[in-house]
Amino acid sequence: MEHFALWLGGFLTLGIFSFLYKDNPWYKLTEAIYVGISAGYFVVVYFWDNFYSKFWVGVFPHKRLNEAGELVAGVEPDYWLIIGGVLGLLMLMRLLPKVGWISRWPLAFIVGATAGLWLINYFASFVMVQIQNTVTPLFGADYNASLFVIVGNIVVAVGTFTGLIYFFFSKEHKGAFGSAARVGIFFLMITFGASFGYTVMSRMSLLIGRIDFLFGDWLGMIR
Amino acid sequence: MSTKAKEILALALIFAFSLIFYIGKVLGWGAVRFSTTVSLIVILLVALSLLWILILTIRGHLVERRIVFLYVGIAVALPLFMTLSQRIAISPEVEAVYNTLEGLPEGSKVLVSFDYDPPSAPELQPMAEAFLYYCFEHDLKVIMMGLWPQGPMQANMAIEKVLSDEKIKSKNLKYGEDYVNLGFQAGYEFVIQRMGSDFRSMFPTDYRGTPYEQIPLVKNVKNFSNIDYCFNLSSGFPGTREWVQIAVDRYGVTLGAGNTAVQAPQMYPFMRAGQLVGLLGGMVGAAEFEFLTKWIGKGTKFMISQSFAHVIVIAFIIIGNVAFFRSERKTGLKR
Repeated sequence: MEHFALWLGGFLTLGIFSFLYKDNPWYKLTEAIYVGISAGYFVVVYFWDNFYSKFWVGVFPHKRLNEAGELVAGVEPDYWLIIGGVLGLLMLMRLLPKVGWISRWPLAFIVGATAGLWLINYFASFVMVQIQNTVTPLFGADYNASLFVIVGNIVVAVGTFTGLIYFFFSKEHKGAFGSAARVGIFFLMITFGASFGYTVMSRMSLLIGRIDFLFGDWLGMIR
Repeated sequence: MSTKAKEILALALIFAFSLIFYIGKVLGWGAVRFSTTVSLIVILLVALSLLWILILTIRGHLVERRIVFLYVGIAVALPLFMTLSQRIAISPEVEAVYNTLEGLPEGSKVLVSFDYDPPSAPELQPMAEAFLYYCFEHDLKVIMMGLWPQGPMQANMAIEKVLSDEKIKSKNLKYGEDYVNLGFQAGYEFVIQRMGSDFRSMFPTDYRGTPYEQIPLVKNVKNFSNIDYCFNLSSGFPGTREWVQIAVDRYGVTLGAGNTAVQAPQMYPFMRAGQLVGLLGGMVGAAEFEFLTKWIGKGTKFMISQSFAHVIVIAFIIIGNVAFFRSERKTGLKR
């Protein structure tokens, strides 16, 4: 079985790589297997982890006894889950064109609940804390920051200010304003460049992983 | 010979090559290793061929895109056979993770969330192994979980590998007392939210089906206030952003993270703001952490391939720019 699994892995990996030469039936077969297995896997996982474990077991809990033979606390049915179940069912109405509009109700509930739950959190974590950290004394709180930190603070201050200017479209980018916007573009380009560099690194890592599988796990040429 | 015949011949050669080496593996031929001299000769040949491509480009002969793919493949594959090593410099972000771990006393409880799946394993699995190795070596108690369905399986693979190490094996670590895998829980960031008040409500049983209250390591763990350090291995959503947003900003957890290189740049603002205490970014982060923890695994092994691939990419960026400026001059195009 292990031999079969390794050969299947090798066959599918090479099938995906074959696209680099040109589109071909081997690649198409591999792609179809990947998409099909992924979809099937997630349907099964989410059915058992969401529908069964959370909803079904929540509404119809198994009886769990402790060592003394008493019912373990917390196994009472949670009928509130039925509301969620009904909303989930309404979501499936989308499959029926005549009553598809009903699916907007659970969708509205999800959007409203998510926005209400996370609005403050998002604002606190991703806006307030970041602004607080951008507005820092350039030379440190007691004027004792190292040159490295001072330069870093200046770069952050200038980058943030000019970056914001670039995204201010109510005034034409001309003169001093335009020059600041151009500096902002440089900062944006450097940011995108760094992100791209990291992305290349990440993709190479994935390739290295597959090559390691082919020459290592499969063919045993490397250790 | 027609193109079709050439393609069939290439496939037959690949199959024959694979079959021979697979039989060799079964018969115990052993690994192929290039000596330092052979490695340097191979590098020199690749460098010369790149120079030749540059000269061809200057002369106006453009190379096909498949040549670029071939070179990237060579750059990634050949270093895996070489005996060369690479100096690894430690970045402050990686050092911060290590220093925080070093500050934890024996018996501290560490929560590790495995929020990734096999495609991201080349980058994140070495981090997971090095992290677990350090924890076990220093008698830290490890609680593992996953917000991604395959996360707990990745955790099991890392555990298996680390426990096979002689040093760790001699410690006779026990499942449920020294480490536990609570498994996957669906619900994305809402799981973290609920864990803030009650771990047990999200993980009534562990990965093996043992009830939460019967696991010695976690039976007294009510919520994040009983956790000394949290480490998140993430390759997307839900991941480090969600842990920062809820566990750190709402419940005050001390959090370190290991991220794929794609999303690592997005985490630097959290580092600067103190929301993250340390970050391992991509394979280089894994290699640095391996160096610090002295668990030399695949992060270190793969770094040479990574560096070679980067050199090849840079070389082709230069070649591409030469081709671009040449064609611009030839056609008289002006920006």
